[in-house]
Amino acid sequence: MATVTLRGLRKSYGPVEAIKGIDLDVADREFVVFVGPSGCGKSTLLRMIAGLEQITSGDLLIEGARVNDVGPADRGLAMVFQSYALYPHMTVRQNMGFALRLARVPKAERDRKVEAAAAVLQLQPYLERTPKELSGGQRQRVAIGRAIVRQPKVFLFDEPLSNLDAALRGQMRIELARLHEELQATMIYVTHDQVEAMTMADKIVVLQAGRVEQVGSPLELYHSPANLFVAGFIGSPRMNMLQSEVAGADATGVAIDVGPGARIVVPVQQGQVRQGDRVTLGIRPESLAAYDEGQLAGTVRLVERLGGMTLLHVGTEADLPLIVQTDGADVTSAHAPIRLAVDAAACHVFSADGLALPHLATHRLVARPEA
Amino acid sequence: MEKSLTQRILITILGWGVALLLFFPIFWMVLTSFKTEAGAIATPPQLIFSPTWSSYVEVQERANYLRFALNSVIISVGGSVLALAFAIPAAYSMAFHPTPRTRGTLLWMLSTKMLPPVGVLVPIYLLFRNLGLLDTQFGLIIIYALMNLPIVVWMLFTFYKEVPLEILEAGRMDGARTWSEVWFLLLPLTLPGVASTGLLSLILCWNEAFWSLNLTSSAAAPLTTFIASFSSPEGLFFAKLSAASTVAVAPILIFGWLSQRQLVRGLTFGAVK
Repeated sequence: MATVTLRGLRKSYGPVEAIKGIDLDVADREFVVFVGPSGCGKSTLLRMIAGLEQITSGDLLIEGARVNDVGPADRGLAMVFQSYALYPHMTVRQNMGFALRLARVPKAERDRKVEAAAAVLQLQPYLERTPKELSGGQRQRVAIGRAIVRQPKVFLFDEPLSNLDAALRGQMRIELARLHEELQATMIYVTHDQVEAMTMADKIVVLQAGRVEQVGSPLELYHSPANLFVAGFIGSPRMNMLQSEVAGADATGVAIDVGPGARIVVPVQQGQVRQGDRVTLGIRPESLAAYDEGQLAGTVRLVERLGGMTLLHVGTEADLPLIVQTDGADVTSAHAPIRLAVDAAACHVFSADGLALPHLATHRLVARPEA
Repeated sequence: MEKSLTQRILITILGWGVALLLFFPIFWMVLTSFKTEAGAIATPPQLIFSPTWSSYVEVQERANYLRFALNSVIISVGGSVLALAFAIPAAYSMAFHPTPRTRGTLLWMLSTKMLPPVGVLVPIYLLFRNLGLLDTQFGLIIIYALMNLPIVVWMLFTFYKEVPLEILEAGRMDGARTWSEVWFLLLPLTLPGVASTGLLSLILCWNEAFWSLNLTSSAAAPLTTFIASFSSPEGLFFAKLSAASTVAVAPILIFGWLSQRQLVRGLTFGAVK
């Protein structure tokens, strides 16, 4: 059981507060991803868990024991750094066995464990090389191997793939997911790449300016973002945000006029929202489709063909920019007039304070939170 | 940058000129040591003469060279090792666990080198007298270590700064405490720098004359005192003085020659990487 619990965790650098009170539970064997824009504090938070940064206040518990004042050497965690941070004067074998050597593990056992980890990562041919004789991807694997050999309670990853090229990154992503399954280990992973977050995480923690914006499964964040920030951050291309006014609200949802005579009813709880309130309507690019009888009229300004899909950049009659995602075979050309249908059930409504109004129904791919 | 032929010739001439200018006094000293006393002060100076070992023989008869040389070795090595023993942890904490006052501390350490040593001669002399350290190897080792400590800390600090912090942090995550971190990671990574710092300290200790002249007389006297003993009140005997100086500086010159590659590499470490 390797659980990590954060209780009101704070970090200040002098008068500047970088982490502003974070509560979080990481369950045993869970793959948790911290995601957020640069400077949001995700790396700082990871380093606080690692013990490389002092905790200003709050409690950090590993397996239920408070470890605030335990040094990084004694927390039993392993970390993979963005720069790999391999020991340049040691061979791959020595790099991977260093933790065991410090722990005075006999050489024979050390070699056995290093070779077992090398086998998992296909590093056996490189064991006697030094880091500078390896490619970026191989170095990355050595850094991961160094963590595996220790059999740590928790793996910490600090943007481990950001120095790799796109193809290798995709490959390593799959390898990491496989490792997680194989090792049955608790992992905390920091990234700014939402694809990494979406594909690998059991649970995503979206951070902004030292605060948690939302915690949830990838699809939960995608289909039920708690606020404007999460809605804008998760999903690529970004969600379209339209400033609107509530035309009516009742138990069936909130009605919004998206254009002259074009009213949609989004099935969300009306809460405190009343007719005439300013709200933001969020529409995912795939919730819009070209349709002759569509509610929205506009002009195509730019067409981006990505092969498998096509992105249409549309200006509406009210001159609002919209991104529409259609399939790769779409023949729409730039400068053509277009009418768009809105999938109202998939839209999101955010009140003036930026919080989402909860949907009446849960998305079928999102598990209902257990009571 | 490509240089034209004339530029290269000019630079070569300039380089040789400076080198010869710097080397000439040493060359002249060695030359004089093989002359007779009369030949040594002859005007115009003699370039062609019949060399003689007589000065060397006389120098060895008057003073036991080996004892002074041994003192020099013990005191230089001892002083350098002691300075490194303090500087390695000091520079580590300044480089990797800095506080707002670290910069100030470093500058303050350096500023002590700006004080003329004679300014603290009397207090140090009295301290040494009261502690019974006058004319002891241990006393000079302490003084030399203290004298070189600012430079040694500064040099190590600069070398340590070149080591990426993440490598040490990776070590901490691997279970290294401070000493294993320094021993297994920092020192191997900065070995060229630490070695050249030690070499420089050794050379500075060997050539130091002020403290050795004032704090030793015979028992712990190093080679600098040995040279000085030949500038006697009865007058200067240039041939003997030169012979004494030659044998005194020869070991460190040979040592410097052998280690020059290491020294140059260390001293230009950060600059040309």
